[in-house]
Amino acid sequence: MSDASDITTAPATAPVVPDAAVQVSGVDKIFTGKKKATVTALESIDLTVAPGEFVSLIGPSGCGKSTLLRLIADLDTPSTGTVTVFGKTARQARIDQEYGIAFQQAGLLPWRTVTGNIELPLELHGVGGAARKARVSELLALVGLSDFAESYPDQLSGGMQQRVAIARALAESPRLLLMDEPFGALDEMTRERMQTELVRITGETGAAVVFVTHSIPEAVYLSNRVVVMSPRPGRIRDVLTVSLGTAQERTEELRENEAFFENVSKVRELLHGEAPVGIRGVETR
Amino acid sequence: MSERSRAGSSGPRTNQTAKRIAFGVGGVVLLVAIWELYKALGPATGVVVGDLTILPRTTDLAMPHVWDMIGRLFEPTGGGRDAMPVWLAVVQASVFSLGVAAVGWVVGVVVGLLLAILMQRFRTAESAVLPWIILSQTVPLIAIAPLVRRWGSQLEFGDFSWENWMSVAVIASYLAFFPVSIGALRGLNSPDTIHVELFRSYGVGWWKTLFVLRLPASVPYLLPALRLAAANAVIGTVVAEVSIGLRGGIGRMIIEYAQQASGDPAKTWAPIFGAVAVGLVAAGFIALLGVLLRRYRRGEVPA
Ligand SMILES: Nc1ncnc2c1ncn2[C@@H]1O[C@H](COP(=O)(O)OP(=O)(O)OP(=O)(O)O)[C@@H](O)[C@H]1O
Ligand SMILES: [Mg+2]
Repeated sequence: MSDASDITTAPATAPVVPDAAVQVSGVDKIFTGKKKATVTALESIDLTVAPGEFVSLIGPSGCGKSTLLRLIADLDTPSTGTVTVFGKTARQARIDQEYGIAFQQAGLLPWRTVTGNIELPLELHGVGGAARKARVSELLALVGLSDFAESYPDQLSGGMQQRVAIARALAESPRLLLMDEPFGALDEMTRERMQTELVRITGETGAAVVFVTHSIPEAVYLSNRVVVMSPRPGRIRDVLTVSLGTAQERTEELRENEAFFENVSKVRELLHGEAPVGIRGVETR
Repeated sequence: MSERSRAGSSGPRTNQTAKRIAFGVGGVVLLVAIWELYKALGPATGVVVGDLTILPRTTDLAMPHVWDMIGRLFEPTGGGRDAMPVWLAVVQASVFSLGVAAVGWVVGVVVGLLLAILMQRFRTAESAVLPWIILSQTVPLIAIAPLVRRWGSQLEFGDFSWENWMSVAVIASYLAFFPVSIGALRGLNSPDTIHVELFRSYGVGWWKTLFVLRLPASVPYLLPALRLAAANAVIGTVVAEVSIGLRGGIGRMIIEYAQQASGDPAKTWAPIFGAVAVGLVAAGFIALLGVLLRRYRRGEVPA
């Protein structure tokens, strides 16, 4: 398989790409703890995500994946360097609601029904009742939870809660989705189904996605590009362009595909920094 | 019968309620039984070890029969021609005290909530105000009652003039605000980081976060605090009625009837029953509040 990129057009270290969904340039993040203990969580990170592009961040625990995501979401600020989202500062982009976010835990409000949780961002931003209702039923259909509109989170399974959280992230039709191990707590079967759903949803909405994961197959299956990071200090070790076709072409059969396994071993190679030995088989993590 | 045939999910619950009521009634019956048993079997002079009386005398003066106490409720208060029955007098006094306690409770809850919100908003406020809140509760009630009364009597604007019942309500609120401020502060700070960051990602301000996230999340912490505040308000009202000398309430009635105890021992107990009833009504009100707010108690671990 060649590395011919399909959607990716922006080079990783371009100075300014005006129409990029996310542009991270020269970013360091240093945490200063008590007793002057400092942690360099990120060092000289350059990353550009094009509109509609699906980019996964993968790497060992503690390499700064969540930190990078939080910088893009303006939940934290970089020590040096700049982060822009659709040409705006990260802060402005947050205020303008340019992104939707989903975390490892669903983080639903327990006193709100599924409907109440999904419409939360709409409600907070003053969207009218009728428009809200229409949007929520659309989203419920999208994540396949129409029958649970009036259920409370504690009446749902973990996978269903996670789907509600994704629907909530999609509520305002953001052009960018930020997801931090959203399927981390799910079992393998639910996880694969959710991945298929996510590919379909992003295909339908055309949103760019920055997706943090620990799972190599997940990263390969979902992404246009996989960003492999290394720890201490957190750096981008390599970026692999995955050419497995458009969202429509990424079906369940893809998981059995030769090209899929090839990409999986490539990512593993990059992660471990060595050539893979033996069979290129299915791996679970 | 109809209870039986209900859906399975409500079965255990109604069963539990029945059990609770049975336990409650059983407790009262047990108390009456112990009282009467000791009265029948105990020595008339009480149990004395050295100079110390460790169990009361069993005379009718010290321990009237339960049925005498209840019977006395339905006799007139005094010798006068149009004297009302004791139970009516007790009910009137109870309603009066309950009203004053309710005013104190509302004021205390509002003040406590405002303090908690202030402390949540500004960390400096927390370190500045919290020690004073805790210190305030170490001042004995007896010390503040005359102060409140004196300060109140100096207040006068326009048609408004300070009345004694207001002093009592202020003291009740002084006891009620404390648990509310502490409980509400814990509750307001209870949302997970993930929720707080979610609201930050929505770009909404502190006020919206307060009303949509922090206040609803604080309900499980707030309800026990409100219950405690209600109990404090009732106790504060009864005690303050005595120390301020407010007439018309249950506190004053307890003192008045106690002074007639030598001639009419059963009558002493009537206002005590009234005080218990006031406490029960207050507790019932909070329970009702808990039912109304049950949506916000999802995920709460049943205590
Ligand atoms: N608020 C913080 N204060 C201090 N250090 C922090 C903070 N947040 C993260 N770190 C440090 O930054 C480094 C990167 O953390 P981060 O959470 O981004 O890792 P991660 O790649 O998401 O790991 P995981 O895969 O386990 O989620 C870690 O060494 C962590 O200790
Ligand atoms: Mg992480």
